[in-house]
Amino acid sequence: MSVQPGVKHKATGSTNRPFNSLYDLIINLTDMFFSLIQRIVGLRNMPYIFVLPNLLIFGIFILFPMLLNFVYAFTGGSSFTPFDRPWVGTENFDRLLACENYLDPHTCNEDLFWRSVYNTIGYVVFQVALMVLFSLITALVLNRKIKARGFFRSVYFYPVLLSPIVVSLIWKWILQENGLLNGIITSLGYDKIPFLVNADWARSLVIFISVWAFMGFYMLILLAGLQAIPADLYEASAIDGANPWQSFSKITLPLLMPTMVVVLVLSLIRAVQVFDIVFAFTGGGPGTATLYIVQYIYNYGFSSPNKLFGIAAAASLLMAGVLVVLTIIQLVFRREEN
Amino acid sequence: MGSILTTLRLTKGRKRLDITDILSYFYLAMGVIIMFAPVVWLILSSFKSSGEIVKFPPRLLPFRQETVMVEGYEEPLPLYVITFDDGTTQTLAQVRRIGLEAQMIDPANPGEIIKVNINQRQPVEHVYFGLENYIEGIESFDFGLYLWNSVVVTVTATLLTLLFNSMAAFALSKYQFRGRQTIFIIMISTLMVPLSVVLVPVFLVITNVGWNNNLMGIIVPAAATPTGVFLLRQYMLTIPDELIAAARIDGASEWRIYAQVIIPLAKPALAVLTIFSVMWRWNDFLWPLIVLSRSEYFTLQVGLASFQGELNVQWNLILAMTVLTLLPITLVFGFLQRYITTGIATTGMK
Repeated sequence: MSVQPGVKHKATGSTNRPFNSLYDLIINLTDMFFSLIQRIVGLRNMPYIFVLPNLLIFGIFILFPMLLNFVYAFTGGSSFTPFDRPWVGTENFDRLLACENYLDPHTCNEDLFWRSVYNTIGYVVFQVALMVLFSLITALVLNRKIKARGFFRSVYFYPVLLSPIVVSLIWKWILQENGLLNGIITSLGYDKIPFLVNADWARSLVIFISVWAFMGFYMLILLAGLQAIPADLYEASAIDGANPWQSFSKITLPLLMPTMVVVLVLSLIRAVQVFDIVFAFTGGGPGTATLYIVQYIYNYGFSSPNKLFGIAAAASLLMAGVLVVLTIIQLVFRREEN
Repeated sequence: MGSILTTLRLTKGRKRLDITDILSYFYLAMGVIIMFAPVVWLILSSFKSSGEIVKFPPRLLPFRQETVMVEGYEEPLPLYVITFDDGTTQTLAQVRRIGLEAQMIDPANPGEIIKVNINQRQPVEHVYFGLENYIEGIESFDFGLYLWNSVVVTVTATLLTLLFNSMAAFALSKYQFRGRQTIFIIMISTLMVPLSVVLVPVFLVITNVGWNNNLMGIIVPAAATPTGVFLLRQYMLTIPDELIAAARIDGASEWRIYAQVIIPLAKPALAVLTIFSVMWRWNDFLWPLIVLSRSEYFTLQVGLASFQGELNVQWNLILAMTVLTLLPITLVFGFLQRYITTGIATTGMK
């Protein structure tokens, strides 16, 4: 980065580096085009030109599909084009929700749907609880006067950057029958554990791995929340003779509550949508032990031989309903926080 | 150990290392092992040969058997230490193995064949970090192509994201126009709608646009991130409007104001968005999985996923390719970790 002395910088921030002259060249060329547009539409309408590309992509690939989802959910048949699909009203929803006994998936018309719902509920409860617990403990520890805090923070955060496929491969490799963990277990004199074959182990490990993978993210948010608590509050309480537990329960916890709620809801929303890590790690198995809702939707819409788009769309709308409720809760809490 | 404790005792402002400090460091040390050891294990394993990798119990470091070239044999022969019945040992090269018997020769005296029981031999090994798995993986499973696809997607999608999001953010922060609030709210509200909810109709749209099995199908839809618009808009709000007014008086077009006044000033926010975008696009899985079904368009993530689902999983190659997949993001993190962690802490988004 060489800046020649004596050369006055223009307000545009351009220097004589090759990258910047290339940038200027591009701007000069594109400016011919946009100046023409500005002459045609007028200065007042230029903001519409600026939002147009983003809005177009948005409309086509996000908003329009959202609307289409309703069409799919209320139509039947196996056709992919919405016009060829007969209107069936709420039949898809009726089929999904038809159950003699809601606590027993076997009695349901779509037993796999209910199995995936119960699996997801179990996953969400334990995963979110462990996630909040461990990210809170880690944030509290890192908020102390710790040596090499930056190093520890980076280490805890690092798995967040890894892709779900990489995460699942790393753990599959460690947990496979002849993997590192079974090597350690047998060297201690115990029998190998069939981690990926046993349903209970698979369920627990999916939870453990997703906590491992995402914890650093929530820890960072909580750490930022902790560091926003004014230090003089603690000093004042120390002068008043408060013990560490009192200052934690009377200062830290109440002031951290809003951040905690954000973390709780964010992790809830994400947990309900669990898919890719599990898809690559267990593929929903063994059996249906780790089949969660998004994978159920994916299976029906994409990978099963007779694709039932209506059922998949109806299931995704039911899930979207849950997510909207969670989001509204979050917004209410955020408003209170401000 | 004692010196470590002494340094730990000299903590800032406090006189001694109390029990909570010890517990904290213990917790952190355990955490480092749990969070980081799996990745280290992956990297060490990725250098192991196909024979070494199936050994149980596994060994920490990758070893390779030493070989020797012997006159009269075209291939290099593996070396073993043989323990004879009388307790003497000798280093011999193995010519061939028949059942429980191995035919060995002394490299110094290749004429005479010594027959030993295979239980009497111990391979001569040394720690060896070879790139064989990496080279074979890239050549035989089209990972070079997947890597290229991933790079193309990440780079172009990030450039488009920066361009489109900053244009939209500029309009939403620096102009008063009808519908501004509505557009902003619509964009932000889609933050809450996950892709997984609209899988089926998204697939229909992609198919109708003709972007099935086309990298455009992953690049373009991903470019309009609500997070990016939000992040840039919040930052641009802090840029004083007087700069724009001054440029307008100088006769600059709106495009010039955007490109030569606002963008240079928004560089810090653009840097954060660049990091996020690279991270998102590099790690994307569900969307590419839906859009791409032909293997020549696979990105690394989809390629890895389909590769590991095949029968006869060749772990040594998969692990090497996994390391290649996580390497770029790890390097980015290594250089920019301060920006990443503070960026996430302040925006609260990933």
